[in-house]
This record gives sequence, structure tokens and C-alpha cells, in this order.
Amino acid sequence: MKVALETNQLMAFAMKQIEPHVVAAYPITPSTEVVQEFSQYVANGDVRTEFVAVESEHSAMSACLAASLAGARVMTATASQGLAFMWEMLHIASASRAPIVTIVANRALSAPINIHGDHSDAMGARDTGWIQLWAESAQEAYDNVIQAIRIGEDPRVRFPVLVNYDGFTTSHAVETVEVLEDEEVRKFIGSFPRPEVNFLNIEKPASFGVLALQDYYMEFKRAQAEAYKNVKPVVLEVAEAYAKLTGRKYGLIEEYKLEDADVVLVAMNSAAGTAKETVDKLRQAGKKVGVLKIRLFRPFPIEEVASALKGAKAVVVMDRAYTYGGPAGPLFCDIAAALTNVAQRPLLGNVVAGLGGRDITMEHVEHMFNLGYKALERGSFEPLVTWVGVRE
Amino acid sequence: MKEQKWNELPEGVVVPEGGNSQGTYIVAGWRTFKPVVNSEKCINCMTCWIMCPDNAVQASGGKMLGFDYLACKGCGVCAEVCPVKAIDMVKEER
Repeated sequence: MKVALETNQLMAFAMKQIEPHVVAAYPITPSTEVVQEFSQYVANGDVRTEFVAVESEHSAMSACLAASLAGARVMTATASQGLAFMWEMLHIASASRAPIVTIVANRALSAPINIHGDHSDAMGARDTGWIQLWAESAQEAYDNVIQAIRIGEDPRVRFPVLVNYDGFTTSHAVETVEVLEDEEVRKFIGSFPRPEVNFLNIEKPASFGVLALQDYYMEFKRAQAEAYKNVKPVVLEVAEAYAKLTGRKYGLIEEYKLEDADVVLVAMNSAAGTAKETVDKLRQAGKKVGVLKIRLFRPFPIEEVASALKGAKAVVVMDRAYTYGGPAGPLFCDIAAALTNVAQRPLLGNVVAGLGGRDITMEHVEHMFNLGYKALERGSFEPLVTWVGVRE
Repeated sequence: MKEQKWNELPEGVVVPEGGNSQGTYIVAGWRTFKPVVNSEKCINCMTCWIMCPDNAVQASGGKMLGFDYLACKGCGVCAEVCPVKAIDMVKEER
């Protein structure tokens, strides 16, 4: 079935199809419409979801966490300062193995105050232990949110998932999207695999949120770190089942014209689309360029990224966020780490673009590829980090 | 007690049994005042048993029997909630 909806409305529609047991949310631009529209479905009796209207995102994630540990299927949506305000609970949710799915319309962080799209919020949540899926378009965002339920809740995984798409650029854009029938979604996600140990199972009393000091903390965290190894195969398994149902196939990454590419641009979310268009244009001019798009950002698919980039001569990594005082942007650091053990490493450079909703145009992307070609002539990226699309 | 290795722990930050701090952590040394029950006043309503954060109230067969002084840290909640004021907080002698 085809529908034309704004991505935020589409997310609310997906949530209606998923019909989680509990949604606790607090509105924030540019994700407000997701929970606003969903609360209308609740008010109209279209879903039986318990909607908890809280007074802050801190409380939203706290309520989600408690509901999840009580054995419920739980979703919420947020962005920017809202996700930042959830930060404490994000760590507790992942360590507690609470498979909450949070939709994030990626937005810049203050200061200065800005409501538009960049990746600062999700990058701030990078080390919180949440699985992160990223989407170039409304279609991908819809497909990701449906798959996120099954990935997070898989008994081999049981981790919370962030479903990302760009604020405004994607969140407020209307696209024609292929959606599933309610019944197909219900069958695909299945009933919630409630863990035997949960708040409400009085047959099996347990202590939750326990204290672990010098004697046990490290063992708990070591066990958590190990559990992420199960995520990649499950993401691929779920993607395969989804492809069977829809014909739309997803991987951990997407390789666009990489086979013979000399210069590769790494991008996430909507800018990947602009990058692909630019690749088509530059290829017509005889330039061997390609794009690597990251779909699964956490856990980071190191082997797949290394394998996709090992044939390139120069790699330009586009960050739509920055690590202030750090060596380079957050995505760059991961790409560099992924290539550490590759014998014939391509030259690596970093560009920062599109902060606070600044447009990333095809001219910008062309400039990024040119930085790669310049580095090939010179033998290195100089400087390592270039800000693109900024007045100087 | 043998310390578990990381791959022997249950999933999540859960201890999959109830009352597991009983006999494991001795908190008697935290106490400045200790609860003492006057069984003549006690009506066995079990409010102290429910409210004690450390399972330190001993009860059996519907009767309040006294306190497990290894588990009691002397917080005084029991004395505070007792509807007939049957529990006194008495200064510890050291």
C-alpha cells in the first residue's frame, strides 16, 4: 500500500501498526508530531496503548524503562535536548537490557539554540549502549522502525534501539512511501517475547537495578560489551525476513558505486542521498567516486566498513556533528579505527558540514570529493578536518 | 562466597532472586539507635514488617517476633510507622 505522509506522521502511523503496550513521551521539535499524532490514535481508541504524558524527557525515559522492565513493549520519540535529557536513563536502559525503541528526528544541540537538523544528539548518545539505525529517507525510516522492534526484542539481543532520521530535511518532508498492512506488521514483529524475570512476575522475585561495586561492576560491563556481538547477525537476519516480505533489502552499510572507486565519501542519513546524486554527476565526468552509507552505526560494523573501504585510495568522512576538542568528527574516528588493521590503508580525511540545519548541497559534496583528489596529489589530507559550507 | 566470572552473570543488572542481601551484607555497624519492640503494646499489624527497607523485622505465623540486628541499620522507619508506638529507638552501647 502506498501513502504520502510527512515522515513524522509516518512514524506515528508505524507506531499505530506496532501498537506498543506503553508510550511515555514529551514533545520536542522536530519530533513533536510523532507523539502528537500517536496520542490522537490513543485518544480515538485506534490503539490500546497506555500513553503516559510526562513532564520531561528525563521522566519519559524513566517511565519507558520501568514499563519495559515490567515486561511491556515500549516506544517513545524525541530529539536534541530531549535525547540529551534522557542521557542517564539511556545507559540504564541498555545495561538493564530493556528493548525500548526510541524514534529520533536528529537535531542540533544548544548553544546557540537551534531547532534544525544535525547529528549532535545521536552522537551524544553514541556511547550509551543503544543500537542505532540511520535512515536516508522516509521509506528507510519506516522500514527501520518496524525492523527495530524485532531486532531489539530478539532474545539474543535485548537492547534498546534508536531509529534516526534528519530533523526537518526528512522529518517534515512528504514522501510517497510503501507501507505494510497492519496485519503484516503484527505478524512480522510477533507478540512481545516477555522475559521470565520482570517486575510483575511474582512467581520469580528478583532484584532490579542492583548495586555492584569494585567486586562486580566490571564483570557486569564486560558481559554487556560481549552481548553486542549478537546484534549484527540478528540485524541481517531481520533484514532478510523483511526483504522477503517487502522486496526492500537492507544491510549494515550501503555501498554505492564502490567497486572501482578511488575516492569514497562516507555519509549518514539524508546527506547520503545528495552524495549519491553527486556521484552520478561526477561519474559522467569520468571521476571514479562512490559513497559508503552507514545504516547500523551502533554496534559499529567494523569488518564490513573495512572491507568496503580497503580498495579506495582516499576516503572522506562527512560528520554532521563535531567532537569539540577532539581529534576529528565522531564518525571519522570510528572509520579510522575500523581501518587500523587494514594493511593498505586509504588516505583518510574528515569534513564537517550541515551543522544546525545548514544545507548540504551537491556543490558541497563535489568540494568534499575534490578534497580527496587533492589529498591524493599531495599524499595526505592537509588539514585533517575541513569545515565545508561555512563562511570564511 | 565464590565470586562469579563475567560470563556467569545473569542478563541485565538483575539478581534473579528475592531477599538476596539477607545474611550477605551485615549493616549492624551503621547503627546509632536500635529498634526495641514492646510486645505488650504490639498489635501484630505487620506495618513495620512491610515498611522495613532491609527485611530486618522477624515475623512468623502472623506474629511480630523482633529484629534481625545484623540486617538492621537503625533507620527508624519501623518506629515511625508503628500505629501504637510499640517500637522505641534505643541508643547503642559501644
